[in-house]
Amino acid sequence: MQLIQLIIDGVASGCIYGLVALGFVLIYKATETINFAQGDILMLGAFVAFSLIGVLGMNYIVGFTLTVLIIAAFGFLLDATIIRQIIGQPPFATVMLTIGLGFIFRGFASIFWGTDIYSFSTPFSGKILQTGGLVISYVNISIIIGTAVLMVILFSFFSFTKIGVAMRASSENQLAAYYVGIPVKFIFSLIWSISAGVAAVAGVLLAPITLVDTSISLIGLKAFAAAVLGGFGSIPGAIVGGIIIGIVEQLCGTYENYLFEGVREISAYLVLILTLIVYPRGLFSDKAEVKKV
Amino acid sequence: MRFIFKTKYDQDINVSRHSGDRFWYSLLIITMLTMPLLIDDFYLGEISYICILAIAGIGLMILSGYTGLASLGHAAFLGIGAYTHAFLLTHGIPFIVSIPIVIIVSFLVGAIIGIPILRLSGMYLAIATLALCFIAEHVFIRWEHFTGGNRGLAVPSEEILGISLTNSTVFYYLCLFFLVLSMFAAINILRSPTGRAFVAIRDSEIAAQSLGVNLGIYKALSFAISGAFTGLAGALLAHYIGYLAPDIFNIFLSLTLLLLIVVGGMGSLHGCVFGAIFVGFLPQLIAICRDYLPSSIASQPGLEPMLFGIILVFFILYEPLGIYGRWMKIKLFFEMFPTYKKQTFKKQKVFTKTDRV
Repeated sequence: MQLIQLIIDGVASGCIYGLVALGFVLIYKATETINFAQGDILMLGAFVAFSLIGVLGMNYIVGFTLTVLIIAAFGFLLDATIIRQIIGQPPFATVMLTIGLGFIFRGFASIFWGTDIYSFSTPFSGKILQTGGLVISYVNISIIIGTAVLMVILFSFFSFTKIGVAMRASSENQLAAYYVGIPVKFIFSLIWSISAGVAAVAGVLLAPITLVDTSISLIGLKAFAAAVLGGFGSIPGAIVGGIIIGIVEQLCGTYENYLFEGVREISAYLVLILTLIVYPRGLFSDKAEVKKV
Repeated sequence: MRFIFKTKYDQDINVSRHSGDRFWYSLLIITMLTMPLLIDDFYLGEISYICILAIAGIGLMILSGYTGLASLGHAAFLGIGAYTHAFLLTHGIPFIVSIPIVIIVSFLVGAIIGIPILRLSGMYLAIATLALCFIAEHVFIRWEHFTGGNRGLAVPSEEILGISLTNSTVFYYLCLFFLVLSMFAAINILRSPTGRAFVAIRDSEIAAQSLGVNLGIYKALSFAISGAFTGLAGALLAHYIGYLAPDIFNIFLSLTLLLLIVVGGMGSLHGCVFGAIFVGFLPQLIAICRDYLPSSIASQPGLEPMLFGIILVFFILYEPLGIYGRWMKIKLFFEMFPTYKKQTFKKQKVFTKTDRV
């Protein structure tokens, strides 16, 4: 019973990793750049939600939607003004640029909102569900359901809408997409905005658990493990990878005595390194085999 | 403008390009040697620190600037160097023996870590080294027998030829000696076939492979050499700090090293020194910035990371060749005057290069 309890907690925190990893994957699939500032965008999302819901006193649902829209618009502008300039530069330049942007966001957040730890009330805070020995908090349920809903929305968007198909086309072959008349630059900016929006959703869902401060941007780094495990480039892989990382972390935390002290904090990174050494394709990678030299 | 007539093939790879180079660099070394007579102990300490940063910068430059592989985990190598050195010194091994051991240990660690990870392409390395940085920091905390854990580890004050290293003049000369030595080693590595294989890998992996460069081996070698230089810098850093704590060698230090090479200028050894001077004086620069900003912003702790990020983004977008690149442009402007063309250094327009097959 304790095991099931742990797994449910793990799935909930894993969904957050999965959502952040999803942001990496969307951008990587389209533009072959990795956004190291994903965690910082998540942090901005949480702070904006705090301002709207906690300070201005908006309704949770309205505040949530508005936050996602604001951060998505921010992601769009970020690509259109800054990221686009270094397309075609070596990967190193993108890595450094997004790391630099991450620092700017974090610095901005701590100047604008201060370094205090905030929280805001949600419809789920403090409520728990008890069934047959299991204790599940409403916050965790909200995270799991939120992730599932988002997945369904994204899946239908990419499968059934014209613009979603255009996105898949431009990530498949940039030049061919240009030839058939897809506005590739606009599409890329749109992908950045979706990715930022997903990070904002993760930020708002996470806020009741970890509270809001600048350190939650570190989740972005753990989410790399989820993305790599799922096979960088696969959307369901990102979520499954995230859930596995979440469960592993919970288990390592509980059975710390059998392993070694402090294993929980680095378990995600250990999984990452192991995946890269043993099975670098990742679990769900379809055709994009990792190039070996 | 100087015209060099090449009469031998060796001239392309000579250490110094012409007599002007030899004159100016000799003058620079003489100036550095007389420095302790000119300035006081505080600034001498600062310059020693800059020398240490420059050595670490050379390490990362060989990996990132010349082989084109981004590492976000070089603080781990600084840590390995520092802890190994301090551990050996506390067990009574003299400085002169300890330094080569440190270099060998960091080289081997680099090779062992590098071999599995470097077989992967592109940005996986950046992610993997990021993970390594966290794991290394964790090991420094938990492996108490070796590192003293969170309590920290005092670095014994050491003597060379009977003179204590706590004397700032002696320490300055020591750092300068190792900087000149590392610089010389790096120049020679880079003009050897190994170094040119690194540059070939950076410019085109496929072309390098076609010419018979074994990518896996050379990438691992680059990682190991890079680790060795950074480990040496770590050993000197241990003396500079005097007391090692695990949280010194965190991700922020890795990123500072990356800032160093980006600001200095990617793909040039001059850039390591320029970047080290910049990073060494960054705290003072931030203090000056604080004076000019309104007090409500200046007192915020978030200012430092923000400026860090702004500098990084500015250099990547507008000065991708760094301070050294700007210096080259200014030099060329005067050499070519009045026929300098802006287009000489213009970025070419490119499509996204794909890693996918």
